[in-house]
This record gives sequence, C-alpha cells and structure tokens, in this order.
Amino acid sequence: MAGGSTRDMPRWADLVLLPALNLASALVVAGAVIAILGENPLKALGLLIYGSLGYGEAVGFTLYYATNFVFTGLAVAVAFHAGLFNIGGEGQAYLGGLGAGLVCLFMGFLPGILVVPLGVLAAALFGAAWAYVPGYLQARRGSHIVITTIMFNFLAAALMTHLMVNVLIKPGQQSPESREFDPGTWMPFVHELAAKAGIVMAKSPLNLSVLLAAAVSAAVWAFLWRTRWGYALRVVGLNETAAVYGGIAPDRVIVGAMALSGALAGLVGVNEIMGVQHRLILNFTGGVGYVGIAVALMGRNHPVGIALAALLFGALYQGGAELSFDMPRLTKEVVVVIQGLVILFCGAFEAMFRPWVAALFRRRAHAAAAA
Amino acid sequence: MTASATAAPPAIELRGIDKRFGPVHANRAVSLSVPAGTIHGIVGENGAGKSTLMSILYGYYQADAGEIWVAGKLTRIDDPGDAIAAGIGMVHQHFMLVDTFTVLENVVLGVEGGALLRGGMDKARAELRRLEREYKLEVNIDAVVGDLSVGLRQRIEILKALYRGANVLILDEPTGVLTPAEADHLFRILRVLKDEGKTAILITHKLREVMAATDNVTVMRRGAVVGTVRTADTNPEQLAEMMVGRKVLLRVERHAATPGRTVLEVENLKVADGQGVERVKGVSFQVRAGEIVGIAGVAGNGQSELIETLAGMRAPAGGRVLLNGREVAAAGRHLSPRALRERKLAHIPEDRLRMGLVAPFAAHDSAILGQQGRSIYNRGLLLDRRAIVAACTEAMRRYDVRPTEPKLASINFSGGNQQKIVLAREIEVDPDLLLVGQPTRGVDIGAIEFIHRRLLQLRDAGKAILLISVELDEILGLADRILVMNEGRVVGELAAAEADENKLGLLMAGIAKAA
Amino acid sequence: MGEMLPLVLTMIDATVRVATPLVLAALAGLFSERSGVVDVGLEGKMLGAAFFAAAVASVTGSPWLGLLAAIAAATALAMVHGLACITFNGNQVVSGMALNILMAGLAPTLAFAWFREGGQTPLLGPGQRFAAINLPFADALAQVPVLGEIYGRITGHNVLVYIAALSVPAVAFVIYRTRFGLRLRAVGENPSAVDTAGIFVGALRYRALLCNGVLCGVAGAYLSTAHGAAFVRDMTAGKGYLALAALIFGKWKPVPTLLACLLFAFTDALQARLQGVSVPGIGQVPVQAIQAMPYVLTVLLLAGFVGRAMAPKAIGVPYVKER
Repeated sequence: MAGGSTRDMPRWADLVLLPALNLASALVVAGAVIAILGENPLKALGLLIYGSLGYGEAVGFTLYYATNFVFTGLAVAVAFHAGLFNIGGEGQAYLGGLGAGLVCLFMGFLPGILVVPLGVLAAALFGAAWAYVPGYLQARRGSHIVITTIMFNFLAAALMTHLMVNVLIKPGQQSPESREFDPGTWMPFVHELAAKAGIVMAKSPLNLSVLLAAAVSAAVWAFLWRTRWGYALRVVGLNETAAVYGGIAPDRVIVGAMALSGALAGLVGVNEIMGVQHRLILNFTGGVGYVGIAVALMGRNHPVGIALAALLFGALYQGGAELSFDMPRLTKEVVVVIQGLVILFCGAFEAMFRPWVAALFRRRAHAAAAA
Repeated sequence: MTASATAAPPAIELRGIDKRFGPVHANRAVSLSVPAGTIHGIVGENGAGKSTLMSILYGYYQADAGEIWVAGKLTRIDDPGDAIAAGIGMVHQHFMLVDTFTVLENVVLGVEGGALLRGGMDKARAELRRLEREYKLEVNIDAVVGDLSVGLRQRIEILKALYRGANVLILDEPTGVLTPAEADHLFRILRVLKDEGKTAILITHKLREVMAATDNVTVMRRGAVVGTVRTADTNPEQLAEMMVGRKVLLRVERHAATPGRTVLEVENLKVADGQGVERVKGVSFQVRAGEIVGIAGVAGNGQSELIETLAGMRAPAGGRVLLNGREVAAAGRHLSPRALRERKLAHIPEDRLRMGLVAPFAAHDSAILGQQGRSIYNRGLLLDRRAIVAACTEAMRRYDVRPTEPKLASINFSGGNQQKIVLAREIEVDPDLLLVGQPTRGVDIGAIEFIHRRLLQLRDAGKAILLISVELDEILGLADRILVMNEGRVVGELAAAEADENKLGLLMAGIAKAA
Repeated sequence: MGEMLPLVLTMIDATVRVATPLVLAALAGLFSERSGVVDVGLEGKMLGAAFFAAAVASVTGSPWLGLLAAIAAATALAMVHGLACITFNGNQVVSGMALNILMAGLAPTLAFAWFREGGQTPLLGPGQRFAAINLPFADALAQVPVLGEIYGRITGHNVLVYIAALSVPAVAFVIYRTRFGLRLRAVGENPSAVDTAGIFVGALRYRALLCNGVLCGVAGAYLSTAHGAAFVRDMTAGKGYLALAALIFGKWKPVPTLLACLLFAFTDALQARLQGVSVPGIGQVPVQAIQAMPYVLTVLLLAGFVGRAMAPKAIGVPYVKER
C-alpha cells in the first residue's frame, strides 16, 4: 500500500505526476460520459470550477465538504499504513455523529468551552468503538476486515435508524430527527466568527471543524512519521514478520490502528452534527466514507496529499451541485461517477501509466548521460 | 562405406547464449554440450548465471543471441510449451504444485486430455501407474499433495515432467530442502532415468553432490562458462577454485577461545510448527561467554524453529530456556522479542528481507527496527530523526556499508551491505548473547570475510554467539564447539579441533553418533 | 398442520424470490474468487445490470433483450475489473469498490438523462417483464392434497428463478468436472503451477470473470425485470455484499453457498413476517434488528464462530511472473 519503487523515477514524478495523470484520465472519461449525455464537457468543467471556487459562498461550501473528506481520508490512510483496508468510514462517521449528538443533547448544561471538546472526544470515541470490533476480529480471528467493515456500515445504518425512530426522536414529530441542540453546544460558524472580528464573509456551513481538520492532519503526520508508535504501525503494514522480529505485537497494532482510524472518521460527526445540522438526523454521512477512500488513494496516504485531494473532492461536490442546476440533463450523481472514476484510475489502474513514465525518465537519463 | 563414428548427437547443445537484464550481463556467450544419457552438473556461485541459462532453455526467457540445439536439431524455444514439446522438463526449486489437488490432478494439469475430465483422467491414471512403477518413484497417485513430504513432492514434479514425455530433465537446486535419505533416493531415480536413456541436468552449488552424482560438470562464473570437465577427473577444491577464480580462503585466522560463564542454557526444548508437528524434539545445550557454538545441519531439520524460539518469536511446546540464569521461555509462555532485547539478546535472522529489514524503508529506518523505543532515538514523544540518521551514518562507516547513504531504501543495498546494516544494528546495543542465522547467505565474498572477522572479534570480546548455518565451511571456520541437528534433535557435539567435513557430514546424514 | 403448511410454503416462496439474485451473484463471485480475483464489485455489476435490463426492456418491450443488455453491461464491468486486476496488477478490493461507486452514480445519471423520471426507469408493463411460468402438470396436480400445494408453490415463478436454481448444479459441474474448472481452481491456489504447465494465467482469469459477468447480468436483470418492474436508484441495497458474505459462508463451494443464500434470504422473509409481532420476554422486536440479522450472521461467521473459512490460497494477490 505504501509508495512504489523509488528507483525508476524521481520522487516528484511518483508523488505528483502519476496521480495527476490518473486524475486526468478519470476526468477525460467523465467528460466522455457527459458528452454522451448530450452536454458539453468543457462547459461542465467550467461550471464545476466556478461553482466551487468562483464566489465566497461556494468556497465556504467547498471547504466545508473538504473538512469531512480530510477526516475520512486520514482514517483510510492510517488503516492503509497498517496494511488494512477500512471501508467502514461511513458507519464510523455515523456513529461519531451519534456520539457528538448525545453530548450536545444531554450535556448542554455545561459551558460551551467544555461541551465542544467533549463532543469532539465523544465523536472520536464512538467512531473508534465502531472500528474496534472489526479490527479485533481481524487481529484475533482473522476475519477479513473489508467484509466486516462493510457489514458494520449496514449495522450502523440499522442501529441509527432504530435509535432515531424509536428513541431519540423529538416528541410529537413525524420525521426521525432529534430536537435541536442548545446554541451553546454548536461548533461556531466561520462566517459568524469572522463577523465578530469585523471581516465580512459569505454565509456557508463552514465551521471551526476545518481548523480541527488541519490540526488533526498535522497530528497524524507527526504520529505516523515521527513517533515510535507510528513507526511500529508502518512496520506492521509493510512486513508483519519483521514487526514480530522487532518486538512489535501486530495484533495490538492492528486493533489500535483501526481504533485510530475509526476515531478520525468519527470526527465527521463533529463537522456535520455539531457544526451544521445542530440536531441528530438520519443519513447525514451521504457517502463520505467512500469518498475518503478516493481521497486517501489520490493523496497517496499522506496528509498533504489528502488535504489536496480533499479540496479537490470538496470542489467536485460543490461544483457538482451547481452543475446539476445549470445542466438539466445531469443529476448530482455525476459527482459520484467522477468519484468512482477517480478511485478506479488512482487506485485500481494506478500502475497503468507507470511503465511509460518510467521509460520516459529512463530515456532522459540515458540522453543526459550520453550528452 | 565411411569409417566415421556416428555418435548420437548431444541431448542439449547451447551455442553462444547471451542474455542481459538491463546493465546485468547474466549470460555471456555461453556454449555447452550435454551428451545424451548422462547426468550433467552445472555449478557456480549465486549470480553465476546458471539459473538464467536454464530458464532460457526452458523458455521462461528468450536469449538475446545464441542457439539451442535439442537432440541435434536447431530448436526455437519461446515459452515453456515449446520446451515441453521439445522433450525438456523442469523440476523447480520451489514446487509448482496445488496443495488441495491430488497427485493425479496435479500431473494432468495442462494436459487433461479433453474439455471434460472423466475420460482423460482414467487414461492418465493408467499411464501414471506405469511411469511410477518404471522409475520407482513410490508415489500414491490419489494422495492429496498438501499432506505429502517434501521429498515426495519433488518426485511428483519428476513424474509431471516424465508424463509430458521429457527426455531431458532439468533439476534446479534439488537437494536444498531434502533430508540426506531423500537426496539419496533422488539420485537413485536419476540413475534409473539415465539407464532408460534420459538425460539430467543438475543445477547446484553443492560440490559434494556434483562429485557423487554427475558424469560431467560445467562451471560458470559471472555469466560465462569457465570450463567443462569429467567429474571423475576433478575434485571439489579444483571446482571451487574454478567457481570463485582464486584460491578460496576458507578459514579466517582465529585463536583458541577462552569461554567464561554460561549465558544461554537450553533444556530439553521442544517446538512445534503451525500445524502442530514437532520440529524441535528435546534439544539441550549451553552457550558460554566468549565462545561461538555452531549448529550445523541441512536446512529444515528444526534449526529455524530453534532460533526463532530462542529469539522470542515462537512459544516452546516443552522444555526451558534460561538467559543469564533467568528463565525466559518455558512450555506455553515466553518473553517477547522486545523483552529479550532488554535482557541483552540480539538476533541476526536467517532471512534478512523477510524479517530483519523493512525493504521499502530507508536504511536509517531499518536501522532502528526493534530499537525504536530507545532513549537515544527519541526526544519526548517524537523520534529524533537527526540522531537516528547520524547514528546510522556512523554505523555505516564503521561497517563499511556502501553506499554510505542512510536515506537509500533498504532494498536497494546489495545482500552483503544489507546484512551489515542488520549486523551493525544488533551489535550496537552490546548484547550478551548473539543469535546468528545464515549470516552470509547471498553475501559476496568480500562481505563474508568482514562478517566472519566481526563475529570472531565479538567472541574475543566476551560475547556468547550461537551460530546456525547450512554452510559447513562457515561452521568449521568460526565455531569453537559444533552441534549437529538432524530431524529436530542434536545428534552430535564436536570440539572444533576434532571436527571435519566427513564426521560432520555423517552426523548430518543421521548416520553416526558422536560422544 | 393445516395452517402451518401454507405459512411454511409462503415463507419458502418469499425465500426463493429473495434468494434468486443472491444465488446468481454469489455464484458469479465464486468464479472470480476461485480463480484468485477478489470480487467486492458484485453490487455494482448487479446495479448496472438491473438498470440496463429495465432500460432496454422499457424501450424495446422485450425482457429478453433487456436480459441480454444486462449481461453485456455486467460483463463489460467485469472486464474492466479484470483489466485493473489482471493486466495492471491493481488492488482488487479497490477496483471492486470503484466499480460499485461508479455504477451507483452512473445508473441514476443515465436513467435521468434517458428517461427523465428522477433517476429511475419507466414502470414495465406485463409484456415487458418476465412473467410467471407454469411448470407442466401444474393444473393436474393442483387438486392433490399436500403435494399439490407444494407443487403449486414450485411452479409459477418466473424463468429467471428456474435458471438460478439450475445454475447451481451447472456451476458445480463446470467447476469440478471440466478441464476449465480444474484449471480455474488451480490458478486460485497456485498460479505459478498453472503458468509452468503452459497455461496462460491471465486468459484463464479473464474467462472466469466472463462467467462472473454473465451471472451478475442475470442477477441484476432479475431485480428490475422479474422481481420488480423498473430500475430504482440503489435498488440492490447491499445484496451484492450479502452475496459475497454468502459465498464466504459457503466456503466458496456451490452447494453450501446456495444454502447460505437461502439462509440469508430466509431472514429477510422472516423480518417481513415478524414486523409488529411480540416475542415473549423481549416485547416488540424492532424492525431494524431483524433487518440487521444477515449482517450480524456474516460477522459471526467471519469471527469464526460458525467454523473457519479457507479462502483460495492465491486470492487477492496479483500474479506477477517471478523471474
């Protein structure tokens, strides 16, 4: 899962050029689909770019979406580094939202400065717990983590539906939602904070969770590449026998990595529930776990790459919504198509361009040597 | 009427075979001739090009230049199918068998005799029975392969080749995984094959076997043929010299040992493998400070399980292990590798890429494997990268690792340099006991001498070293006391002064018992 | 006994209807996984097949043409999966997930673009779907007590159900009694052995994926043109993953997989019956708990509480010639 051979091309080609080529391929195919449907792909691209970055509100939305994708992207990446494929981001994010929501519902009496961190903690803990069981089963019983995490996504949906419909629903209401949280428990909106500082910003769902995402990204980077526990995690992912030899217990690392992964995915709950919805609802995750896979793959499982990929997908989501307004033949599912194509090209067809790029560099090296 | 003799053409003739892999010139205009009805050995060190040559003969690769003549006819071999059609069969080093299939199913795979299995299988069964009897292979056709021993599996490979009409059989390092008894059985079969007019080509680096089993030997060195001789006309020393190109210094100078206190005590140790089969059947010995104890034996007689248990990577099924007088392993419980390291144990593993290094990691990251928690490598919660890189650079300088570049990926170092990185790391923490497995496997001669010298230095500095090696020369050159393992037991113990290849060879074959 | 039989038969009926797509998809997965290629993309292929079946059936008026289109679509996706996994040695799980996500987006997009009904296809009329078929002697046996009732339930399904039932022995025959099946099983255990026997590993795996595509096509067509009457967004609702779970439950063997599919389908039929019913001691069982049962069962199986599943040895590892 970690990077490929470091010998056949310079690092920048490996980390930037190849992903760019893969992304370009995905967009070309998406463009072809759009063209087949009778719309102009270049116009679509333009609308996408304008709709995501062209005005203040759009940028806010883009960053708000990107926040979620950073969390799930990091979740998938951390698990990848331990050699695990965590597809359960969807369910873990769902449970994270539950954790944050419960704190907001029942601890609203505490001052905001306490509730918000507690909510974050609860979101992380609930997400971690939901990933812990598949991790434990993989480590101790050899249960394939891909299948168990998918199953747990469905279980999360069933659990949340039951809780929302039967337990947490606001009394006297038809739709399965909880009551609204007290404003003191909300994660502040960026535009509101900016207003207090005298800066005028367009209204958008962007909230302080974006700062949390940035902080968490830095923390994950430091953890993986600058601590002994991150080191142990990467060894387990690359060579389990060497890990045992080196005194590292793969079982514990696998469980720990999954728990960390789940905690990261759970933070989506902070952004969505505490930051935007301000009440518990169903299906607030909307595929964020699966986008996380695309983001991690595109970002080569590195926080910097993930941040960039998350921004890209945030732009896609926001732009995609605009797109379906202005192009009547397209639905917002077009974004899902692009997402699938990105995963396909950056993940499954990852090696497709590698031989050509490597050959290109080899020829240049030969020419340079001969000159 | 001409008087010229019409001798049978050679079974295989290679003319001017040349092959490059990028910058590596694996075969340099190789020409050799294998007479029909003989057993022909091809010997050479690792990287001499013998495996590449046979791969070309079997169609895995195509030569860049040169010709292949089979039974006097110029033959084009582009893939294994062509080789098989030309009557060439190959018995690989790693068996190409499907464990869940029976012997019959494995043999017919690829030549099933029809889209529906029923008819073809019955015909195959009859033919296989005939072959099995004719060549005395002693294989039960309906046995499931996964249940069979290594020696039996190899005979299935031979059966596969014969079933497809092989006249020439290529065997690639066939005895590496066999017990001496199984190796003898193999050579008996080869002689039967020879009597029936078949030809066998034996790729090996074991000079003793070449002397015992072959009619002719071709020696290769660095991609080229050094010479072909009749086995009866040569001896192992001459072959070794041809292989290496200079008089091989088989022994490094050393003085007598002065052993001190007992560091490692192994009492009746029993170890079972993943399937519950007992691999170490009650082994007892000690290793004292200032001595090197060598464990000799053919691979697969329990040595790997032994060393992994002593290193804390496996749990014993019975017996005890004491390190510096304190129990560190007993039936069902044992200290972890990390705890053992804290107790001054170091482990240089048999397979450095599988265990001792993390291939994609930079050298400085591999250099802290098992030691990532040490205070010199950490500053608070974070790893001290500068200290790690500095320590690695220093170690590389001291152990002559080339290139002296800590940031280079571990996999990109040569075998010898990789081994030196592992050595540097393990010795760095000043252990009391060093467990060393196959320290010079896949290592070039220069590095071998370096490593041997280093181990002797450690011994002289008062460390206890347990050395496990399949190379008798290495054991004889380094060990002060030699134990021989066979079938999971220690079958003999000799002091260095009284040990020689013959006595050890006999013990390894499970024949003699020494007091 | 009098009221039991109709209830049992109704349950069996419902089980069979729900099990059909599972069986077809699981057998599709069997071909792929036994050859060494992980297939988590059953969901996407079924969804794509369901869409194209309904779309073509709606436009041409023939469910058989729809079936053909479904098979073509699923096979095309399987070939893409093969390209990624076999030719480019990509990550097989990622490829499967990518196809799932891709189809989840592409199917409603195409549906909307071509039919303008908010992401679904037009409702299919009677001639445009697979209708119930009466097996021979249905009328004659109808009057016979017990036997007649039982036979009455066996007959009257649509043709795809019978195809699914027949596919089990057919697949078993292919896997265990043909040359193709022998080689397929071999390549999933030890591709090197197959390679050295002179058989092309890649071509063999592509053929396995071809079988996979055909079966997925039938499964998807069943959903939209036999069981249902249109393609609806997300209509597979996790059946692809359930089929994969059933395959694992069935240890990659045809008959045990069939039984696993029936078991999972049974829980689905059960949850419809148990809604609103009070279980002594627990009270009313929430619907979601019963809906979750197949997933819980799968996790329990994977946790080893229902026996160990030995996957084909070479599964998930791209075959690279080791030379």
